[in-house]
Amino acid sequence: MKISLTPVDAPSIRSRPVYAPLEARSASRYVIVADGEGADAVVEMLAKANDRSEILSAAHVMYVPGPNGTDKTSALEGLQASQFFRAPTIPSLLPRLQRVLLDAHMGTQFYLAGTESLIGQAEREIMATGFPHAAIQKEHRGSTLRRVQCVHCKGITENVATDPFKCSHCGLNLFVRDHYSRRIAAFQGVNIDAEDPGKVPESVVRFK
Amino acid sequence: MSLDFRPGAFNDFFKTETFRDDFTYRNSPHYIRRFPFPFDRDEYMYAVNLEPHVPGRKGSVFEKTFDVDEHYVAEMIDRAKVLAEDPLRCQSLPHMTLAGWDTLELIMETKAREYPEWFSLTKDGNRWHWINRPLGIEQSFTFLDESTLPYPPFEYIMRQTQGDWTLQDERDGTLWMDAGIATSQADWSVDFDVGMNFHEWHAPVPLAHEKGIFDRALKFLLKLQHGAPVRRFNWTMTVNPLLDTAPETYPKWGPDRTTLTQENMGHKMHLRVELQTLYRLPRSNAIAFDIRCYLGKFEELVTVPKWGRRLHRVVRDLHPDLAAYKGFLRNRDAMAKWLSQYDDGAPTSPGWWPED
Repeated sequence: MKISLTPVDAPSIRSRPVYAPLEARSASRYVIVADGEGADAVVEMLAKANDRSEILSAAHVMYVPGPNGTDKTSALEGLQASQFFRAPTIPSLLPRLQRVLLDAHMGTQFYLAGTESLIGQAEREIMATGFPHAAIQKEHRGSTLRRVQCVHCKGITENVATDPFKCSHCGLNLFVRDHYSRRIAAFQGVNIDAEDPGKVPESVVRFK
Repeated sequence: MSLDFRPGAFNDFFKTETFRDDFTYRNSPHYIRRFPFPFDRDEYMYAVNLEPHVPGRKGSVFEKTFDVDEHYVAEMIDRAKVLAEDPLRCQSLPHMTLAGWDTLELIMETKAREYPEWFSLTKDGNRWHWINRPLGIEQSFTFLDESTLPYPPFEYIMRQTQGDWTLQDERDGTLWMDAGIATSQADWSVDFDVGMNFHEWHAPVPLAHEKGIFDRALKFLLKLQHGAPVRRFNWTMTVNPLLDTAPETYPKWGPDRTTLTQENMGHKMHLRVELQTLYRLPRSNAIAFDIRCYLGKFEELVTVPKWGRRLHRVVRDLHPDLAAYKGFLRNRDAMAKWLSQYDDGAPTSPGWWPED
């Protein structure tokens, strides 16, 4: 088990999602899900769009403030999309997204912007309905806090900033592997002191 | 097992032994000679090294498609224990049921043909009758009707099959690991990896991506044809004959790595070889991947002089990133020191066979 810590700006490994700037594409419906600084990505995408008003008239925008407190509700609400919804947290946003997906037809374009946690969880819901990869655009903005699954107890700890960190479920000291599961929408956390119990390197802030 | 399970029916062949607690696993002398020693030269670096999985030398692990050896019954008992402790070790996404039936058919037909004294399959249309004598199982069922088996088809046959298996769905130009069972894995989590594509689940492997290994392997595998399986080796090291080195239970077995001394090295340290075979499945067009684990104690392997010399050189000279990934960097020097007693510096012959 490799326990050396990867610098956060090191070249990414292959299970890590790749993100690109959002790009306006014409579609029959638009579902836009963002958190924190992801609002800026949405605003910039629309600013560049030729058919901005057409997109907005067929768009459902859902927004959550970021885990770092960034709240750009007014910027998104001010777009005057056909539907706007602000949720206090990601878990409180997902039931609405699930309901919207029940009615979403092929030809819907999905825009996900913000933290990897928001993108991952929204993408998981969308993919569960069978939409193709190509219908989903993702742009990472803002916080790099990670959603991490403990490989031992399977509990998920949200907004992990330090490496190593203590699992919020079983209490083991975990290091954050750069190994990502889209099905779980989480990075993998592995016990760092299994071979030498109690010998835990000092935590460093790797994700902000 | 909730099946009619009678271990001991063929005790003259299948050993009673454990892969946990008192660790009584060992290879009989004849089995040491047939151990699939994976190094064909005195050094190791990644290679795709796929070759056709065709019948090989008599008595070797390649003689049959599926090697049923003296550890079969004990391994199946260990698998049942692991699954009882953690059902997440066997998973199949909903669209993989047909691939599970394909796998069941492949294994039942092949074993009944290659080992008629132990396995039998008779068919009357879709009404099948399966007998697994070593495990004391007799089952009538309807092929492709899940309600006629006590487990889903993939899990049913996996509880009677050595090796970890994954089933890969092919779409979007890549392979998706959408089903799998892992109770004898070298430190990867089927629960975390299921649903990933080929490059995603190999992501943590160091050095190989940069060498283009996975791009070439994928290209090759996408062309895999039904009836033309392929095989390759992989290997790592395990302290104690522990089949189930899962990341899930790493806090339990990780401390074993701190218990090695020059006195117990030969008995406790095991070369863990994976004989990996790949089969294209006929109905689902999925690819079944069998990762069969063989454990050889250092003290067993060095009884073959060529292997003692070669293992020493491979361990001593391995790239540190690989030693770290394979989990034995902390013990590498001690392992090389112990093995050096069996290396007189004489040249070794090419190839892995013991007598060459």
